[in-house]
Amino acid sequence: MGLRELLNGVRWGVHPHDDHKRPAADVPLRVMPLPERLCVPLLQHVGAPALPVVKVGERVLRGQLIAAAQGNVSAPVHSPSSGVISAIGEVTAPHPSGLPFAAITIELDGKDEAGEPLTPQVDPFSLTPAEVSQRIADAGIVGLGGATFPSAPKAQLGLKLSVHTLIINGGECEPYLSSDDSVMRVRADEVIDGVRILMHATGATKALVGIEDNKPEATAAMRKAAEGFASIEIRPVPARYPMGSDRQLVQVLTGKEVPSGARTASIGVLVNNVSTCAAIHRAVRVGEPLYRRIVTVNGGAVAQPGNVLAPIGVLIEDLLRFVGLKETPARLVMGGPMMGVALPHAQVPTVKGCGGILALTAGEITDTAPSACIRCGSCVKACPMGLLPLELSAHIHAGEYDKAEAKGLDDCLACGCCAYVCPSHVPLVQTFYHAKGEVWKRAQQKKRTEFTKGLAQARKERLEREARERVEAAARRKAERAAQQAAAQQAATSASANTAGGASA
Amino acid sequence: MSAQSMILQTVASPHARAGESVSVVMLKVVATLVPATVYGFWLFGSPAFWLWLITIASALAGEAVCLRWAGRDPAPLLKDGSALLTGWLLALSLPPWAPWWIGVVGGLFATTLGKQVFGGLGNNLFNPAMIARIALLVSFPVQMTYWVVPAGAPGLLDGLLITLGHIPVPDAMSSATLLGHAKTDLARGVDLLHTELPGHAFNWVGARVGSLGETSTWLIAAGGVALLTMRIITWHVPVAMLAAIAVPAAIGHAVDPARYIDWTTHLMSGGAMLGAFFIATDYVTSPSTRAGQVVFGLGCGLLTWVIRTYGGYPEGVAFAVLLMNALTPAIDRLIKPRVYGRTFTGKPASVQKGKSK
Ligand code: SF4
Ligand code: SF4
Repeated sequence: MGLRELLNGVRWGVHPHDDHKRPAADVPLRVMPLPERLCVPLLQHVGAPALPVVKVGERVLRGQLIAAAQGNVSAPVHSPSSGVISAIGEVTAPHPSGLPFAAITIELDGKDEAGEPLTPQVDPFSLTPAEVSQRIADAGIVGLGGATFPSAPKAQLGLKLSVHTLIINGGECEPYLSSDDSVMRVRADEVIDGVRILMHATGATKALVGIEDNKPEATAAMRKAAEGFASIEIRPVPARYPMGSDRQLVQVLTGKEVPSGARTASIGVLVNNVSTCAAIHRAVRVGEPLYRRIVTVNGGAVAQPGNVLAPIGVLIEDLLRFVGLKETPARLVMGGPMMGVALPHAQVPTVKGCGGILALTAGEITDTAPSACIRCGSCVKACPMGLLPLELSAHIHAGEYDKAEAKGLDDCLACGCCAYVCPSHVPLVQTFYHAKGEVWKRAQQKKRTEFTKGLAQARKERLEREARERVEAAARRKAERAAQQAAAQQAATSASANTAGGASA
Repeated sequence: MSAQSMILQTVASPHARAGESVSVVMLKVVATLVPATVYGFWLFGSPAFWLWLITIASALAGEAVCLRWAGRDPAPLLKDGSALLTGWLLALSLPPWAPWWIGVVGGLFATTLGKQVFGGLGNNLFNPAMIARIALLVSFPVQMTYWVVPAGAPGLLDGLLITLGHIPVPDAMSSATLLGHAKTDLARGVDLLHTELPGHAFNWVGARVGSLGETSTWLIAAGGVALLTMRIITWHVPVAMLAAIAVPAAIGHAVDPARYIDWTTHLMSGGAMLGAFFIATDYVTSPSTRAGQVVFGLGCGLLTWVIRTYGGYPEGVAFAVLLMNALTPAIDRLIKPRVYGRTFTGKPASVQKGKSK
């Protein structure tokens, strides 16, 4: 730590006074009994949605493939239990808009009959990296920290760009959430094995596991599990939001910064979440696809907050029924309070990337009307990216999107630190969301205009060419005609001459 | 697209807040001023109290009237506490026995011309309390340098009569401030080694001639430390400012003690402490980055020392802060934090590929 850091403390982010992680984090993990119905979404990852391979009325078994990956960046979807497909259609998306999106609805029969494992059990280290990646892809593993990037293409990318270090994210810095904490406590061996498999798949020679220092049990369990693996290092990191962000974790663990606009792989590191590692262990060792995960259910309105092992696609209302509600929540959030999305209602299914469901009371959300910015600089001090949120916001409000972009709008993580600390409750990150959408829309618009312009240009050129060709053709024809006429004339003249000659002869 | 038509979904994250609202911040600042203020009342008697009350009431009234004019409901905006704080800070920087209309003019000036004409809280370029103080000093130099010796505090009613101008202040009680005294002595050609600095012996407890709330240096500094521990301000501005007063003062005094006041006197006198912890740290008129704040604080301190030493006015803090306020936009434009993953010029940092370990 340099003198600058010493004087300024950790220079970025926020430290929520009360992280609300307890008591939920300390309650033993519970397994949720099977509900009557599951709605398994087809798009649970970034990339193309999966393509259903089952029909309505068909019976499926636990772990059976129900939708296949479509394209390079995609992930297949498997049935979390046994039952009959009752519908393939649209349900409400886990998004505040309440827009519909495609899902496969399964009426469970309660038998929870397992299908065949995807692949036979083998020693993963006898497989080639490509084969390991294939198993990860087949199991539908995506980044479980919330980014939901399919894990197999990421590993392949790491291999291609010759990454040397795996960064394993055990940060889980969002208040309320403890699902990663729980995975590390109860499945530390699986996590470490997953890390080793991933090192094999990516060719990395070193792994650094960053765990926030407010999780001593997890750190102890992981230390124990990592004993004997010299290439895996468990590193406590300061509990500070957004420590779970790739860029911040990389900086803290390696001292390096990921260049703006580049991927972490460009500096030789690849970041994966601890829950993802545990899922990779199961996928590669025993051929178990990703069809359930640990979800933290927390918030003031929850009667028995804690971590729950739940099938993916369970409706939030069923999950809340399992943990019980003390009062009607004022807001439902999927994810953590800093970056999570508010849900329109409880008839929304969970997805692979969902690490937490929060049922917050009115007292916990405290929406205050915004007032004028008092230039206190709190947002500047909080921004982990070194941006000037107050300036960005002013530019956006003035409609100067290009200036906002020049000042790093693209670098904004949308982490919400700035809005969290603002005493005037200026909706900073909300403005940035809006502006990013707007910039994207404008870029699309520009692309479209350019495309149409290109088309118009091409059309103009074609017309010009055609006109030119017509003129040329006409000229050619005229020339030909002239030549013909000349020839005919000549022939006629010579003929007449001949005749004349003949006549004279 | 205007700010109004932009849909700011209240449902967007974050779903939590630090909980510290503007009013809470302002009230905490006010709270840290209470000890120094009460001590000032004790020291200078009830005229000080009445002046304080009048100044704050005028500041609030000025704000309310402007907001009304602008067609906004003043009640919720007055609650943000910024006008209260402005009036309070102004009162602390006034001569304790100044007549009532000084408080009225100053208070009104601070919130109307000092703040609301710029567009209200957050938009003013200059610190409202300091600009009002300078306006008063320039317009009413006699009343604004009418200092009293802290002794024989009059009763509440007598004090009120003094403030209202019905009882003349006994001549024996008026005096110059320490810095003012040094200034006149130097001007008269008396060097500082042979001058008798009034009230110097009492400096440490603040029982000396001076503004209502500025003399109790230790209580103000304690309030400042409280602000630091509550993380309402950071060390950058106050430390830079005090250092930039103390260092040149110490050098000057070492070189020529007959011409330059020593650094402890500089720090303990006038508005140095109040300025460093409460005035220069004003969010609105100081830079928003840490580095910018250091530059700003250094500028405030250095200018204070220069004005005190070479300028025509004995007290430099208010002028120094205003001058630096004018530079704040430039500082903010020039000094920016480096964006993560970019160079200082804003270009994306270069990618160092390969197997470096
Ligand atoms: S949301 Fe963006 S601007 Fe705000 S603190 Fe996070 S990175 Fe900085
Ligand atoms: S935190 Fe809010 S009030 Fe403070 S400078 Fe940023 S936007 Fe302005």
